[in-house]
Amino acid sequence: MRRAVGALLRKELRLELRAPQSVPAMALFSVTTLVLFHFALQRGEVDGDLAAGVLCVTLLFAAMLGVSRLFVADREEGGLDGFLLAPVDRTALLVAKAVALGAFLVAVECVLVPAFVFLLLGPALDAAAFARLALVLLLVDAGVAVVGTLVGAIAVQTRARDLLVPLLALPLLMPVVIALAKATTPLFLAAGAGSLPVRWLGILALYDLVFGLLAYGLFDFLVED
Amino acid sequence: MPPRPWPVTVAAPAAIELEGLTRRYGERVALAGVTLALPAGATLVVFGPNGAGKSTLLRILATLLRQHAGTARVLGHALPDEGWAVRGQVGLLGHEPLVYRDLTARENLRFHARLHGVDLERVEELLDRVGLARRADDKVHTYSRGMVQRLAVARAVLHDPAVLLLDEPRASLDPAGAELVEPLIGAAGGRTRVITSHDPAGGLAEADIALGLRAGRPALLAPAGEVDSAEIGALYR
Repeated sequence: MRRAVGALLRKELRLELRAPQSVPAMALFSVTTLVLFHFALQRGEVDGDLAAGVLCVTLLFAAMLGVSRLFVADREEGGLDGFLLAPVDRTALLVAKAVALGAFLVAVECVLVPAFVFLLLGPALDAAAFARLALVLLLVDAGVAVVGTLVGAIAVQTRARDLLVPLLALPLLMPVVIALAKATTPLFLAAGAGSLPVRWLGILALYDLVFGLLAYGLFDFLVED
Repeated sequence: MPPRPWPVTVAAPAAIELEGLTRRYGERVALAGVTLALPAGATLVVFGPNGAGKSTLLRILATLLRQHAGTARVLGHALPDEGWAVRGQVGLLGHEPLVYRDLTARENLRFHARLHGVDLERVEELLDRVGLARRADDKVHTYSRGMVQRLAVARAVLHDPAVLLLDEPRASLDPAGAELVEPLIGAAGGRTRVITSHDPAGGLAEADIALGLRAGRPALLAPAGEVDSAEIGALYR
């Protein structure tokens, strides 16, 4: 299976590097959303739970763009059939797509987080706070990548792909929204970065594990006839 | 026109055995009651107007679709339950080339070679044989239709499959292109082949068995030598 995952992942990243679609769209959308928040909230700076909420909503909505496009090239150019004809475990596609989507999210966060700090965040983030934020975001990315791959595989088989992705993914990602907001609120406090709530990190890790197992069990049925 | 009784004694072991094969898309019946046995190494050519069920038959044999009734065995394996054993032994050349337009020909073939566990030297050999070696590092979206079709042929035979499923394989190929791919998908390769065609004379010339479909149902099934072009033409009227 490692051989198949490697081949699929290399193909995913090569396609995105050669004809960038998902990452630039997601990054541009996230920066635009931050600007909209800046004016809609009528505040120059945000902190605490409001800052956590803004970051959370912006990241998840940007992720929906990536999920919508995750299987499009495979569907439109027959790559999914090409994969299904090969004598490899279907789980390889799940792993490769989830890792690719996770990589896209990390790339977007490299733009989103500095933009968020520059445009909206009041309190300054020190290196320790950045490291804690990165840990939380990695756990969030893993959950969004797994759920996004599942939802993307369902949605690409329908005509209403762009409608179906947020309708299915956002309710499933509600625990991630709650945990991300709760875990990052102490980092954005005006009084200085608080400690990371380990409880919410545990919930994020548990969410990733449960949905990872669920995706492993369901994915074959989603991609086959 | 009811199908003729099946007059052939099958000496070689059957590579493909179908019994009452049926597939629907919602309420619409795409394929119904297809029963036949195709010996290993033989060629079945399927005729029929658009929408007759030819591509559906190929997709079931390729394990991409499940039948809704009847049985299908490919190389002795029952579909869909033993589809895992059939994948890797069939090569499908469909209407879609199953290649990525933003990758080069070499990258596409290497991708499929890795999925099938095929040595990368085979990629270079096939690029040469289909006449794409000089354009192998160009993106596929810069290719003509004929070049894409030649690339698709290379992809279909990359893993040296025992069974070839060919949906109008020479469509969009010029005579030189057709000549290039002939050794790969022609009868001389010794593979069991299922080919769809709209060309009665050309199709019958390479068929051992002819199957005519009309609205998903078999309207003709006979050894190719006993069928004339007029009978095939009648399927389209």
